Amino acid sequence: MDAAIRVEHLSKRFGRLEVLRDVSCAVAEGEVVCIIGPSGSGKSTLLRCMNGLEEASSGQVFVHGVAVHDRATDLDTVRREIGMVFQRFNLFPHKTVLENITLAPGLLRGLAASEARERAEALLAKVGVLEKRDAWPNQLSGGQQQRVAIARALAMQPKIMLFDEPTSSLDPEMVGEVLAVMQALADEGMTMAVVTHEMGFARRVADRVLFLDEGRLLESGSPAEVFEQPREERTRQFLSKIL
Amino acid sequence: MDAEILWFGWFRADIIQEYGALFWSGLRMTVGVTVVCILQGTLLGLVIGLARLATARNAVANAACRFLLRWPATVYISFFRGTPLFVQILLMHFAVVPLFLNPADGWLISGDLARDLRQDYGALITGIVSLTLNSAAYISEIFRAGIQSIDRGQMEAARSLGLSHARAMYHVVLPQAFRRMLPPLGNNAIALLKDSSLVSAVGLAELAYAARTVAGAYSRYWEPYLTISVMYWLLTLGLAWGVRHLEARYGRGDSR
Repeated sequence: MDAAIRVEHLSKRFGRLEVLRDVSCAVAEGEVVCIIGPSGSGKSTLLRCMNGLEEASSGQVFVHGVAVHDRATDLDTVRREIGMVFQRFNLFPHKTVLENITLAPGLLRGLAASEARERAEALLAKVGVLEKRDAWPNQLSGGQQQRVAIARALAMQPKIMLFDEPTSSLDPEMVGEVLAVMQALADEGMTMAVVTHEMGFARRVADRVLFLDEGRLLESGSPAEVFEQPREERTRQFLSKIL
Repeated sequence: MDAEILWFGWFRADIIQEYGALFWSGLRMTVGVTVVCILQGTLLGLVIGLARLATARNAVANAACRFLLRWPATVYISFFRGTPLFVQILLMHFAVVPLFLNPADGWLISGDLARDLRQDYGALITGIVSLTLNSAAYISEIFRAGIQSIDRGQMEAARSLGLSHARAMYHVVLPQAFRRMLPPLGNNAIALLKDSSLVSAVGLAELAYAARTVAGAYSRYWEPYLTISVMYWLLTLGLAWGVRHLEARYGRGDSR
């Protein structure tokens, strides 16, 4: 049984800057993995290598056994099975909330317009913004936009969801509503990789926590292990600053 | 003499009336050439703009993009923006078109057909081709700037859903870029409308040519040139109005 995501000896350089150094990790089917670490530690880059938005400098990334690092692989097909949620939402501003969600399933899953619409409305109800279906993205609050972005990713019925600091550009009072949607998704058994600074969420929801520092994977374990008994001094320092 | 300075003596409206048909056909020619060249220039400009931005993941394919797409596009844009349109028109009319349409040995068409085409439509062909090529160079830069002004996250979000690069461009990036490109595209259309007057130099019977004909016949200059000035002015005002109308229509989703 292959893991949902398997990363082996992954390194990534931007010019002379080494962002990831020989990182190996895996996300099992149905597992929720939170990736934490100081800013600039390579967390987002690691996540973006998982769906090929960044290309590995060396090493291997497999998603359900498919080699994402291989240039011969058709990434468009792989990405249909991997939803991604961004820090800055990245909703399409020229499309309504509903159009944002139906665009990809209509084009790629061959859904009829009515079916795509029904499915989108069900997802909007699930994330609690159904009443905004005909609004434009810029008419929504940050929290609402991010929940629409989650619904947009879910509309492709992905098997894996990647979250890249999904609450970092939200006003504090809106963080909770987005985390609640993510927690519900985790409870349904979605395979998730989450880059986050929300330690409470990581502790409560994650099956496993990865700690990255200066491009190296320093620690990997259950929330209890990483938060209560970190093995590395560097992890202790980071946690003492943030908790 | 004193009486002639008064408006009605000074401005002989009867001349305009006499040549009304010439002005009318000139107006239609100016509008026709402008519309055709805007449409063609926009299509060609999109192609050149995309060529200028072409990249590939694969090193070999990327080298091919550089030498076969990016560099030719850059040279094209540099030439057409870096030389006077008037010179381009003369070059086109007296050097390039005879190369392609030549009774003796045309690269495209030879024989009597080439002679007839050059005689009847030579100036029109020159005008349409040079104005299209010239405006495509400017429009391609408008496209490039418009595409590059769209946040990278838009392309990434579309790609992360599984859309191909082409589909992400078509459905997500270009519609947003187009909205931002409308004002500069409008300016370009107005410039094109006015620059079409340069083609009168090779004998295309548009507005400026009509004015020159009248001026030549009567040795009077206020009447014909003031008349076409007003006509150009009204046309550019109409174009500007049309662009504002389009901006409002495609501005949905903008901050309101």
